[in-house]
Amino acid sequence: MIELDNLTKVFDTPKGAVVAADHISMEVPPGEICILLGPSGCGKTTTLKMINRIVKPTSGKVFIDGDDTTGMDTQTLRRNIGYVIQQIGLFPNMTIEENITIVPRLLGWDRAKYRERARELMAMIALEPDAFLKRYPSELSGGQQQRIGVARALAADPPVMLMDEPFGAIDPINRAVIQDEFLKMQQALKKTIMFVSHDIDEAIKMGDRIAVFREGKLVQYSAPDDLLAAPKDSFVESFLGEDRALKRLNLVKVRDIVTDEIGTVSPGDTLENALTRIDDFGYQNSILMVNDHRQPAGIVNRSVTRTTKGYCRDHFQAVPAMIGLDDDLRKAASLMFAHDTTWLPCVDEDGKVCGQITQRAMTRHLGARFRARQGNAQNPDIAIKE
Amino acid sequence: MPIQTMKGALRALLLVAIFFAGVWSHSSGLIDDFLWYLPDVQYLMGEHLWLTAVSGSLAIAVAIPLGILLSRPSMARWAESLMQVLNVGTTIPTLAVLALSMSFLGIGTVPAVFGLFVATLLPITRNTYAGLKGVNPALMEAAAGIGMSPTQRLFKVELPNALYVIFAGMRTALTINVGTVPLAFLIGAGGLGELIFTGIDLYDPVMMLAGAIPTALLAIVVDAVIAFIAFVVVPRGVNPARA
Ligand SMILES: Nc1ncnc2c1ncn2[C@@H]1O[C@H](COP(=O)(O)OP(=O)(O)OP(=O)(O)O)[C@@H](O)[C@H]1O
Ligand SMILES: [Mg+2]
Repeated sequence: MIELDNLTKVFDTPKGAVVAADHISMEVPPGEICILLGPSGCGKTTTLKMINRIVKPTSGKVFIDGDDTTGMDTQTLRRNIGYVIQQIGLFPNMTIEENITIVPRLLGWDRAKYRERARELMAMIALEPDAFLKRYPSELSGGQQQRIGVARALAADPPVMLMDEPFGAIDPINRAVIQDEFLKMQQALKKTIMFVSHDIDEAIKMGDRIAVFREGKLVQYSAPDDLLAAPKDSFVESFLGEDRALKRLNLVKVRDIVTDEIGTVSPGDTLENALTRIDDFGYQNSILMVNDHRQPAGIVNRSVTRTTKGYCRDHFQAVPAMIGLDDDLRKAASLMFAHDTTWLPCVDEDGKVCGQITQRAMTRHLGARFRARQGNAQNPDIAIKE
Repeated sequence: MPIQTMKGALRALLLVAIFFAGVWSHSSGLIDDFLWYLPDVQYLMGEHLWLTAVSGSLAIAVAIPLGILLSRPSMARWAESLMQVLNVGTTIPTLAVLALSMSFLGIGTVPAVFGLFVATLLPITRNTYAGLKGVNPALMEAAAGIGMSPTQRLFKVELPNALYVIFAGMRTALTINVGTVPLAFLIGAGGLGELIFTGIDLYDPVMMLAGAIPTALLAIVVDAVIAFIAFVVVPRGVNPARA
């Protein structure tokens, strides 16, 4: 656990005092990722660097797992905190292997153990050990260097990690890939992480909690969904962007709003039967046809059932799209737009139909929080300690 | 393509010229004249190298620690002004330095070594200091953030990254040192300067060249040797020569 208690940093500059961090108090529970978010110059890096004492706080305290770090030996403290700096900072005089094993070597691990660890780390960041370990940082792309920077911070398996825009130098496509890899890693490693970002989408994706900073002050500290649903003031609101409702689609899983009830027909049903079912369930245009294993087999259109006689198996169309329970609503919305439909069948891991998701259910779910907020102006978030 | 052919033609022309210069110098007896000085050259070259080796290694032994010391954060307040003083020191002609050191150390090897030492010290100190100060601050921050002690930072990060610049300083300084040793003859320390200055005094160009040409060759060899050491010693990742 990381706990900041009234942490303050004032820089004395020739132009006068700059308050880079102003009485920051917050807690990051063990095993969670906390994103420090805010515009350039708002004090994210400064706050982060006070945790490993690269920057000495002007006042206030940092506790790690309950221990006050103020009086600790800085070297011991830092060896137990993984640190990824904003400028990557790989040592150009060392090979990749030497770079990622530097902390284990400082800690006096034996050779066999740290070399083994190097290969393990490379697998973790999805880079081929044999191809990269003997290279020098200048022989890697910016994105590869950033991955190595993360591996170096993870090397001695520190319980706490500080990461300053660790994926900043990576193009959007690869960034998404690395973010996914990192989240998968985090599920297994359960580190307590402070992560600086100025990219809202990254914050929403990676963060268990998000701390929004403005001019050295912590403005709001909430879970991503709470932040998007209930921004505390107009600054946070404008920082999150006009499309914050859409951003929330990323956070909600189909599983959360799926309705189990779905009317279906089987290939052997008559079209007359199908029409009755469509009307019974109140469907507008069509009904899903499933096979013997309850897997989606086709769509039977209402217009067909009214004008034609026969069996469903002879008069169906292909299923335009379906969605898995663990997909997010963003994918669901995207599929609905792409196929001009207002509902999607949901399938489980075995491909069996287990319900449906409708546009109305989505809008209702997203809207609920906004209405709740208008109803009671208090924000429901974890209180910021004042 | 035309440039390539021109280069080729020039090279051929040069080789022909060298060949005829050789033929001419042999027929005119010049080579025999030079050969006559060979024993002297051998002996004086030994002295010459000895002066360079002693003054040079003393200078390296003092300059690198001095440069390191000046680059420490605790020295930041004085370092810049001290470097200014050193820079002014570099502009004093070596002959003047030798003269000064003679005036309080007398005549012979000791004042010569001392004068050469001072002249060699400055460029190495300056490059060591500049090289260490020039190490990317992000590397220093990463090193500190990882939990390296100041000593570990110096030896594992700062010095390896500054090494190429430090070697460049040694190359310059020692090449200049070799070229300056002839002046040491003027305060009685021997070396190839004996042939050069005596040759000048006696209006004997062959004798003068018998001192000057080996001096020039020595300077080139010393430069190449240090460049080779740098090539081997400086880690590949920060060695422009091996990029
Ligand atoms: N060493 C320093 N000396 C003086 N002022 C500083 C120093 N470091 C940071 N500042 C100032 O403190 C403020 C916060 O800087 P900080 O680096 O924490 O911002 P940031 O939120 O990380 O911004 P960015 O997103 O651009 O990295 C800025 O106004 C900056 O100019
Ligand atoms: Mg920053």
